[in-house]
Amino acid sequence: MPDPVPDKASGHDRATRRLWPALALPGTFWLIALFVVPFYAVMAVAFSGRINIFNEPIPAWSPLEWESSTFTTVITDSFTPSGAYHEVWVRTAIYSFWALVICVAIGYPVAYYTARLAGKRRGLILALILAPWWINYITRMLAWVNLLQDDGYVNKALGWFGIPPHSWLSGSSFTVVWALAYGYLPYFIIPLFASLDRIDQRLLEASRDLGVGSARTFMHVTLPLSRMGLITALVITALPMAGDYYTNTIVSGSPNTSMVGNQIELFLLEGPQKNIGAGLVLLLSLVLMFFMFYYLILTQRASREASR
Amino acid sequence: MTVLERPAVAEVSSPIRSRALPWRNPWRRPYVLASITWLYILWSLVPVLIAVQFSFNDGRSRSTWQGFSRQWYCCNEGSVFEDPSMFHSLLNSLILGVATVIVATPLGVALAMGLTRWRSRTSAVANGISLVPLVTPEIVVGSALYLVVVNLYQFVPLGRPAMLLGHVTFTVSYVLVIVRSRLLSIGGEYEEAARDLGANSLQAIRTILLPLLMPAVFASAMIVFATSLDDFVVSQFLFGSADNETVPILLYNAVRAAPTPALNALASILLVGSFLALILAYVALRARRRSGDESALETLADWG
Repeated sequence: MPDPVPDKASGHDRATRRLWPALALPGTFWLIALFVVPFYAVMAVAFSGRINIFNEPIPAWSPLEWESSTFTTVITDSFTPSGAYHEVWVRTAIYSFWALVICVAIGYPVAYYTARLAGKRRGLILALILAPWWINYITRMLAWVNLLQDDGYVNKALGWFGIPPHSWLSGSSFTVVWALAYGYLPYFIIPLFASLDRIDQRLLEASRDLGVGSARTFMHVTLPLSRMGLITALVITALPMAGDYYTNTIVSGSPNTSMVGNQIELFLLEGPQKNIGAGLVLLLSLVLMFFMFYYLILTQRASREASR
Repeated sequence: MTVLERPAVAEVSSPIRSRALPWRNPWRRPYVLASITWLYILWSLVPVLIAVQFSFNDGRSRSTWQGFSRQWYCCNEGSVFEDPSMFHSLLNSLILGVATVIVATPLGVALAMGLTRWRSRTSAVANGISLVPLVTPEIVVGSALYLVVVNLYQFVPLGRPAMLLGHVTFTVSYVLVIVRSRLLSIGGEYEEAARDLGANSLQAIRTILLPLLMPAVFASAMIVFATSLDDFVVSQFLFGSADNETVPILLYNAVRAAPTPALNALASILLVGSFLALILAYVALRARRRSGDESALETLADWG
């Protein structure tokens, strides 16, 4: 005698099978229309070969119409030392590099302490570390502009030690690098915290029981185990940092500290040559995608090793 | 016997410990790391607290304290609520935030349910696409949306409509991540039980799944609101004209143009707004977890 229950269940299954895709459809459609298509629009503008009466590029929607001359110029101007955009690329790389160095130097000890040693204050410290995440980025920069003004608290504090006031906000690379580090450190600490938090305490105890000192335990156990977290933190911080244009505008505002993001903003929002702006966006995305893929390969290798 | 042996062990071990150099002792308190951490926390928060303090300054200076006053918040000329552009930006930010919540939350919840329960290759691809906005630099999202709105979706005017589309696009992924983690922890058993008892799929979702998801839905709505309130880059590419300035855009444009403490007051109001939203999200999560504040905090940390 056939059992009615499986029949009924399979009837439900059929309805359910249609229900879940139907639920996923609007969101998927939204992301295709407003994330995938826009990215295609960047390419259509970057590879546009014609201009309208306002000198603005007419997007080439069909790949058959694509003309690569503008994009090739953008690439040569970016990568040859005499090119127009070479300097901003080099500056972006140097600023990001030093800001990331500061992030590691400050962020690693903080994440390590919070994850492994904070004890009963852990909840409080974590809340305080997370707080800047929810303070508006522009507000955090504004706070430093207050402090770094010529008659601000920083110069007053330096005055107590007899150091003459310094003009911090007029095109200083030092200020920009520290502002970048200050801005992105919260985003750096949290992924690292999550990875350090997952390390099995018993591994560290085992290392200690085998007579290995703290420094060597750190070098041979903790650091390798937190490698993936460190790389995740670096990638998560480096991606937005490379496209940043507001930090240096706020704390410096000088063309001497301008980065790739400033060039993109300038070309897209303030001039007719949107194809050059789109070309720079495309190039930036390609450079960042290279890092993203490297990161994805690393995570996959790590998870394969973990499952072995 | 055992009672007698214990002091002997202690006698042997304690001289060894005391002879060891202090920095070789693995059980010593981590003073250096603790001070780095607390110094970092001070460095990261004190400037903002000082900026909030100056919003109450009784004078025009943003670097010299001249006594307490509420004049930059209300009812004086040049205060946040009397300055038309500041008040307008506050209104714009609020309207945009609420509209983003209204669109992004249902969209993201449906997407999360669909992608989590629907197992196929297509759903895996859709899942991948929906997480990409989280790691794409904002300048790429902003400029791509700007170019598509200007060149292809010309029926969407720059300004509030374009900003709404942009904000929903990058906040949907947050809803997806939060709601999906809750869906995975609930598992499919409750819905199956409901269906075995005769509910159809829609009824099972409405009467079982949605109530179970409610804290996560609420928390993600609050996080969407806070994220939308704080967004600068996407808004800046899409706001079009000065009428549509949100608070972060106004702060950005005004910060280098000899501002008054009213700017600090505006920033403080924004700060209070996003913290209120966040505290509500945290309370919802905590009610859901019932296992102390740390785990809820760590969930927030994981989502960030």
